[in-house]
Amino acid sequence: MEFSELIKTATVENALLWRPGLPAVRGTLCITSHHLLLSSRPRGDLELWLLIRNVDAVEKRVCGSSGTITLRCKDLRVLQLEIPGMEQCLNIASSIEALSSVDSVMMMYPFFYRPPSLRLEQGWHRFPLERFFQRLSSQTSQWRLSTVNRDFSACPSYPPAVIVPAAVGDDTVAKAARFRQGGRFPVLSYFHPKNGTALLRSSQPLTGRNRRRCREDEQLLGTILDQGEQGFIIDTRSAQAAKQARMSGGGTEPKSSYPQWRRLHRALEREERTVLVHGAEGTDATLLVTALAQLILDPSCRSLEGFQGLLEREWIEAGHPFQLRCARSASWHGRGKQEAPLFVLFLDCVWQLSRQFPLSLEFGERLLLTLFDNAYASAYGTFLCNNERERSLCKVKESTHSLWAWLNQPEEKHKYLNPLYSHNPLVIWPSVEPQSIQLWQGLFLRWIRPSQHLDEAREEIQRLVQGKNSSSSKESRGRRQSPAAAAGTEGGR
Amino acid sequence: MEHIRMPKVENVRLLDRLSSRRAVVGTLYLTATHVIFVENGSETRKETWVLHSQISSIEKQATTATGCPLLIRCKNFQVIQLVIPQERDCHDVYISLIRLARPVKYEELYCFSFNPKLDKEEREQGWKLVDLNEEYNRMGVPNNYWQISDVNRDYGVCDSYPTEVYVPKSATAHIIVGSSKFRSRRRFPALSYYCKGNNASICRSSQPLSGFSARCLEDEQMLQAIRKANPGSDFIYVVDTRPKLNAMANRAAGKGYENEDNYSNIKFQFIGIENIHVMRNSLQKMLEVCELKSPSMSDFLWGLENSGWLKHIKAIMDAGIFIAKAVAEEGVSVLVHCSDGWDRTAQVCSVASLLLDPYYRTMKGFMVLIEKDWVSFGHKFNHRYGNLDGDPKEISPVIDQFIECVWQLMEQFPCAFEFNERFLIHIQHHIYSCQFGNFLCNSQKERRELKFWSGMYNRFEKGLHPRQSVTDYLMAVKEETQQLEEELEVLQERLANLQKSQSGNNKVKSKQQDQSKQFGLYASNNSLANTPQEYSNDLKSFPSRSPSQGDEDSALILTQDNLKSSDPDLSANSDQESGVEDLSCRSPSGGGCLPSEDSGKDSDEAVFLAG
Repeated sequence: MEFSELIKTATVENALLWRPGLPAVRGTLCITSHHLLLSSRPRGDLELWLLIRNVDAVEKRVCGSSGTITLRCKDLRVLQLEIPGMEQCLNIASSIEALSSVDSVMMMYPFFYRPPSLRLEQGWHRFPLERFFQRLSSQTSQWRLSTVNRDFSACPSYPPAVIVPAAVGDDTVAKAARFRQGGRFPVLSYFHPKNGTALLRSSQPLTGRNRRRCREDEQLLGTILDQGEQGFIIDTRSAQAAKQARMSGGGTEPKSSYPQWRRLHRALEREERTVLVHGAEGTDATLLVTALAQLILDPSCRSLEGFQGLLEREWIEAGHPFQLRCARSASWHGRGKQEAPLFVLFLDCVWQLSRQFPLSLEFGERLLLTLFDNAYASAYGTFLCNNERERSLCKVKESTHSLWAWLNQPEEKHKYLNPLYSHNPLVIWPSVEPQSIQLWQGLFLRWIRPSQHLDEAREEIQRLVQGKNSSSSKESRGRRQSPAAAAGTEGGR
Repeated sequence: MEHIRMPKVENVRLLDRLSSRRAVVGTLYLTATHVIFVENGSETRKETWVLHSQISSIEKQATTATGCPLLIRCKNFQVIQLVIPQERDCHDVYISLIRLARPVKYEELYCFSFNPKLDKEEREQGWKLVDLNEEYNRMGVPNNYWQISDVNRDYGVCDSYPTEVYVPKSATAHIIVGSSKFRSRRRFPALSYYCKGNNASICRSSQPLSGFSARCLEDEQMLQAIRKANPGSDFIYVVDTRPKLNAMANRAAGKGYENEDNYSNIKFQFIGIENIHVMRNSLQKMLEVCELKSPSMSDFLWGLENSGWLKHIKAIMDAGIFIAKAVAEEGVSVLVHCSDGWDRTAQVCSVASLLLDPYYRTMKGFMVLIEKDWVSFGHKFNHRYGNLDGDPKEISPVIDQFIECVWQLMEQFPCAFEFNERFLIHIQHHIYSCQFGNFLCNSQKERRELKFWSGMYNRFEKGLHPRQSVTDYLMAVKEETQQLEEELEVLQERLANLQKSQSGNNKVKSKQQDQSKQFGLYASNNSLANTPQEYSNDLKSFPSRSPSQGDEDSALILTQDNLKSSDPDLSANSDQESGVEDLSCRSPSGGGCLPSEDSGKDSDEAVFLAG
């Protein structure tokens, strides 16, 4: 397929662009293989540079000799284009529709995007699981790094390296995998060093109507708990849905075969126990819950670097099907059954946390918005494909740039930092009372609400904090210059 | 004192609203001014103080095996649930409180017994803090168009108006008196706000007694005079803040609204704000939502929507915006009224003033605004806020709504206000506390941007609030910056001295010692401030916020000093702050060291997993 076949009209003069809250602009509209551009005529300024992948739905209305196209974008922006000439208008609309529906991964923009400031391999191996495991192995010896999935044979949606109980061999793990939907056997998600409990995730067991059992799966879960120790299995589905899943071959862990585990279909109080989380496939709500729990429990996930590592480990490598879930967004009225805003839900939860603990996350709202935008339409390969196996087949890491490489450039990075951050070593338990849950206006009203006054407040905060830092460094310089004075005060301390 | 049947009850349980497991046992005291609950337990002896005038209702519930429950609802939205072992004691407490919470005479109110150790001179100075003539001068009146009228000296024309009223120069005493006779309760049109830049003004009055066809020449002249006082414009807006239906119904009673045909050059406009009864019920419904035990998200949102509270807040703000736009953008004067012109009119005049004039967004200016639009123009504080025993149908959260409008504006314009949320909550508290004399006697934004103000309505449910406060943090940062700069200055000075000569050495040394003593003090304070669950650990580097001065409300200047010892609400609050079970992060004041455990004892917080 050639892009040129999809582009019926490449340029239109005298197009009019309407954006909410901004004056209308007249200019030349261009459609390229990945972008929609509009440059205003008199000065030739570029007014709009939109990734066509960002377009969720195209609505066209022809009236007389001209037509209007409404573009509903995945980032929730709504744009209107007034195009002279009915045929041109229809051509433009169908070109955008066709280009935004290209679903071949290797045709997507990240495979063509080559920013001069970055190298292709940069950022792709920034958060190796080996490093995560290194920290873990300094805390406990009960877990090991397994390469049972190095050729994706045990579980096609898991990464090549996973963390499993040290007491079970790869054979057992491989057999247990066959008893779990999609091969997603229980793996370690997080280890809490304070009390030695672990957070695991998997998919549902394939119990089915005949109440099948799997000795290896039982063994795997059994070795995690000490004699007499109790663990919880949090099934993210309702009890009813879990029961129904048996009809289609899925199900839950029966008490009789997993005597040390107690199954729950709801939230629980602080119990200081080891927990296994799964729903059906273990690629959606499961990941949402385990990632969020880590953000609450583990201070190292709350730094800018740590949060990226968490996303990489618990969403991207863990096999959340980004390609399927984010193919379309809220405005799409097609029949897609695979689209779902799970990742947006997660980002919203993180935002709620940031509202309740405004000093405890190193990153700000802007990072969450950038992640949201890039999950749906991106110049980078980070959120492409559904799992590591697909990424390896498509050579994503060899042929596209990593979002992390871009974000962590010094001139970019500072935009995402929270000036109020200071390391908080405690667990941050949020309130989940309805009174505490707010509408994330920064996301949902981003293009509608004027943000000037809130931006001003943000700048003011930045200014105040920087003022403190600069006077504190000036003060310490003053101290150095005045040795006698410094000696005096230090003596008093 | 004669009303207290039962001064002290022991073994009373205070229940936690969110979790019944967190009940504490203690002793209940009734004093002439407060209900005090003192927890048993040797170390903390946490105290909860409730001022009698803060009590809005007392409910005695059916006796259970554990005792007799007593529910005290406060006007500041605190709900206190007590269980008293003996039914007889409970009854006595109930009867005493019913009487104590509803004083009959002004002399029984707290402000007459509250003695914050100020001498007479200081007290009088406080009353002079707000001088309304000074405020009108600031606006630019009297001038060529406006003058002070003494027509109401000795309250001869209108007993709910101030003695000095600003009116158009061309409005003679004859016109004013004539107009007053054509207005409900004789509340004739008078100046509320004057815009120096373009001569446009906001005037206020009550409804005209127009009935179906009545006219009054003087009233028509009065409105004409207001228009003439703004030479740049050839008409004025008359804004009736009632729903049209209500205004029409009033015509049957000989009241009503201005007929555009009878008045030359007016544009008449309805802006439907509901009456005090609708507002009272709306608040009631919203508080029921706030009191729900573990509501679901849809219970909460549906209940909030159903209460209509935010709809009413929006209506008030819309009216304020309409008036502010007329004045600022069109340069047109506005006359505002509702029925009597002391509730909705006060709300919208002060919202408009706040939008128009940055002065009212300062602390001093905000107090002036309340004195101007509320106190001086006869807002019925006693009736609306139930300070004295009276008709329950007269009670309505009129000023609460105005205060919430200010909060909504603060959320949208975080840098526009000198004061913060706490200041507003404090003002609200004192409107009901009767601790100070001020509030005694009767004298475009889209809906989607309005938020639920949990800081006010769920103020005492600490678990619901952000666990860390940006405001507190920034104030500490500011303070530290200032401190560092001062220190830098001292150091530079010293450096200069050192360079100049060695002889000054001795002097400098003694100075240094002074300062080092100070540092020593800070350090020891720091180590004392070891509250578990203190999340604002980051503040440990700010030595200036020592625990002793770090009362939650120390940033407020409302009452200068004595706050801690005299204000029961505050002491109750700060007790809750240091409460062991709570994740009290609203106050950074503790500073302090960190607990070594990560989760500590805060065992009642639900992990996010719901659904």
